[in-house]
Amino acid sequence: MAINALNVTKHFGDFVALDDVSLEIPDGSLTALLGPSGSGKSTLLRVIAGLEKPDTGTVSLGGRDVTSLPAHKRGIGFVFQHYAAFKHMTVAKNIAFGLEIRRRPKSEVKDRVSELIELVHLHGLGDRYPSQLSGGQRQRMALARALAVEPEVLLLDEPFGALDARVRKDLREWLRRLHDEVHVTTVIVTHDQEEAMEVADTVVVMHQGTIQQTGGPRELYEEPVNQFVMGFVGPVSTLGDAMVRPHDVEIRHAENGTTLAAKVERVVYLGWEVRVNLRLESGEMLVAQLTREEADALAVEAGQAVFVRPRKVRRWSEGDGKPDVVSAQPH
Amino acid sequence: MITKYALRFTALGYLTMLLLVPVGMIAWKAFENGWAPFWASVTDPDFLTALKLTLEIALIAVPLNTVFGIIIAIMLVRHNVPGKSLINAVLALPFALSPVVVGLCLILAYGQSGWFGADLANAGIDVIFSMPGMVLATMFVSLPFVAREVMPVLREIGTEQEQAAATLGAGQWTTFRRVTLPAIRWGVIYGVILTTARCIGEYGAVAVVSGNVIGQTETMPLLVKRLYEGFDKQGAYAASVVLALIALSTVLLMTMFKPRQEA
Repeated sequence: MAINALNVTKHFGDFVALDDVSLEIPDGSLTALLGPSGSGKSTLLRVIAGLEKPDTGTVSLGGRDVTSLPAHKRGIGFVFQHYAAFKHMTVAKNIAFGLEIRRRPKSEVKDRVSELIELVHLHGLGDRYPSQLSGGQRQRMALARALAVEPEVLLLDEPFGALDARVRKDLREWLRRLHDEVHVTTVIVTHDQEEAMEVADTVVVMHQGTIQQTGGPRELYEEPVNQFVMGFVGPVSTLGDAMVRPHDVEIRHAENGTTLAAKVERVVYLGWEVRVNLRLESGEMLVAQLTREEADALAVEAGQAVFVRPRKVRRWSEGDGKPDVVSAQPH
Repeated sequence: MITKYALRFTALGYLTMLLLVPVGMIAWKAFENGWAPFWASVTDPDFLTALKLTLEIALIAVPLNTVFGIIIAIMLVRHNVPGKSLINAVLALPFALSPVVVGLCLILAYGQSGWFGADLANAGIDVIFSMPGMVLATMFVSLPFVAREVMPVLREIGTEQEQAAATLGAGQWTTFRRVTLPAIRWGVIYGVILTTARCIGEYGAVAVVSGNVIGQTETMPLLVKRLYEGFDKQGAYAASVVLALIALSTVLLMTMFKPRQEA
């Protein structure tokens, strides 16, 4: 079911959580709302769910205006960062909750619950209580609970934020596969750009209560519309008023007229990747990302004097912010 | 090691001297001369009337204060009502006021010459010196217990489970019944135990508004006092033991709502 937010504004006291935000999410897509904390991404998700009431603006689901409809009538599924498990109910009871309050026949509830327990890989844990599960298991239970009533929209608020890195990665891949099977319109809120890029078809970058850019992972990385997006979707170094990605920084031993003199401060080996921290004569810090072979060929080491050449920098003229000046300097 | 035992000795000694010895003494005294005098005391018509009256008052006051206690707690914790701190202060009033003063307040408001007393009397309802006044006095002094016990639990469980229930399609009542109430169950149970204990044990406020008519408006604590002062010590001890047993059975009854396994 398509989601439409139009001119949504939300204040918490003096704090502007959402500033005239409009967003269209197509039916069946998987969209990530990405931004730092306080950017308004969670508030936007909660407004869509009906857990927060916007000050102004409208929300529609599948073309129907639901702005004044309470959360329990919107037919959505919601997954919370801290699971929001019903602690006094077993896993099976948690999953059955939505079906039971809809007074579905007992046999149907039972079948559906065991089907979902299989789907989220919790076989044999139906009679456990949430306190007897690990964080990852609890979150999968919460997902099954949300999916039980077959919502047309699935909203996830930092669903993997409280889990450790490995579980996080597994669940993220699992969510992507699940979406490919079930095709429910899904919105996931995250502050982790890697998570957003890996999981979503479309990423919406938010900052200070507004949407900065909407696009596919590649588009955001290659064509960021402003400094904030460029800095948020990947590592970046600043050169005066321009920005450069570490893999666009070339290191040489000889000067060629377009290079800048620099000193190697530190060399970090990260498997196939080698990261070189450099200090320019201007005092600015620059990071270069090389493959292991490049680094070996150059034989870079800390304390060395080298020359660097940014292959591709981006510059945004003051004011309008939009024009994206990409300059590839000649070889 | 030594501090551990010193701590235990101090704590248990304190409990023993303050609680166990006095309560044990009364139980022992009640049965000092065997079953027969005890039995005679607890089958006395005045005793039975007092017991019945005490239980009746508790059966009205405890459920009402439980329901209102939960409502007040939810209102204060979950909703943004204006004058929250004022309501909180009013809620502490029954603890702050001496029960005798509570009784006097009720006479001023509901007595024959009180604010609503005359109108109520014209309508044929006697509040003071009869059952309604005693129920009112008991409810007044035992009002805060459930709310006070439930409020911190409500704060601790937070609103996420309730929000989750809403997103799953549960309306407010369903959410309360299936999610909030089970989550605050222990606070409610403990509040009910305290409320019941106070209801069956209240002396001061009830003494002022009851008029103390033997065999009519005499509750168990009033009976204990009268028997003791009338040198029927045996009767006073027996009634005390029965009061203690009622309190104990409330605790046992409420703990039968067994905790299920949870965090």
